Amino acid sequence: MSQTEWPLWEVFIRARRGLGHLHVGSLRAADTTMALQHARDLYTRRGEGVSIWVVPTDAIGASSPDEKDPLFDPAMDKVYRLPSYYRMPEGAERL
Amino acid sequence: MNEKAVAYVLRLGDDALVAAQRMAALATWAPQLEEDVALANIALDLLGQARALLTYAGELEGQGRDEDLLAYRRDEHEFTSALLVEQPDTDFAATMVKLLFFSAYQRLLYEELSAGDDETLAAIAAKSVKEVAYHLSHACAWTVRLGDGTEESKRRMQTAVDELWPYTHELFASDSVWRGYGFDPAGLRERWLGIVEPVLAEATLERPVDDWAPTGGRDGLHTEHFGYLVGEMQSLHRAHEGVSW
Repeated sequence: MSQTEWPLWEVFIRARRGLGHLHVGSLRAADTTMALQHARDLYTRRGEGVSIWVVPTDAIGASSPDEKDPLFDPAMDKVYRLPSYYRMPEGAERL
Repeated sequence: MNEKAVAYVLRLGDDALVAAQRMAALATWAPQLEEDVALANIALDLLGQARALLTYAGELEGQGRDEDLLAYRRDEHEFTSALLVEQPDTDFAATMVKLLFFSAYQRLLYEELSAGDDETLAAIAAKSVKEVAYHLSHACAWTVRLGDGTEESKRRMQTAVDELWPYTHELFASDSVWRGYGFDPAGLRERWLGIVEPVLAEATLERPVDDWAPTGGRDGLHTEHFGYLVGEMQSLHRAHEGVSW
């Protein structure tokens, strides 16, 4: 055997209709079918979801912690991007 | 007491109990962590079915025997499970082929029982049929993957199919108990073949010829593996009677 471990997959579960798929964990599987089946066994045993996505971990591009400052810091002092000065229309409790 | 009903439900319960015991013994032995969880889930499903069925058999019997007394205080020859489910898990191929044969049978029988007249049995069957549908799909996936896999996996799968096939005949062997209550599984053989044969074909495995057909499990005459299984299953209860978590 050239490979002793199956490839890694990331699992995303949609808890119920109207919500997005949330990352719940990872697992090892030989292909998509097996990954879905394992995800069902590992992550939906207690009725957690209505839909499962599995994605090969290799296929995910991730930002590096080193890039934290250039990526996220510039947003911190730009309050005009937040609705801080927006006045709520009269009678509206939430938008 | 409806003796025919007791004997009928006991068979279903014993099948599930022995299958659960075999499967549970594999915990921590699966080739992968993920598969280990899958096998444990299946074992727990089967154990849940066994508990419900044995409890109901005890109620029908009306002698005050509950699930524990039926599971832990009967001797080898009093269990009426099929010979198939007690066959040892010599390798992962044997485990999956056994699961394929057994879950296909359970699915068909539970489907029929869920539409039956006995409301309690129908309710247990309706809940269980969803569980075994998953067991079946799990077994089908592995059968195809390993049968149509490497030379070694194919050899192991074919060996398991050849060794376990004879025991499938007993599942459909009619007798007075099967005919006396619920639904007689004798009529399910053709539909069972309709599930199993295409899976074997897709897995490029040979469907064995129908030849030797051992029976006896339904009458308490088990294979040589069974004593060890029952001994291990009952050891804790027999050492500490009435022990609970």
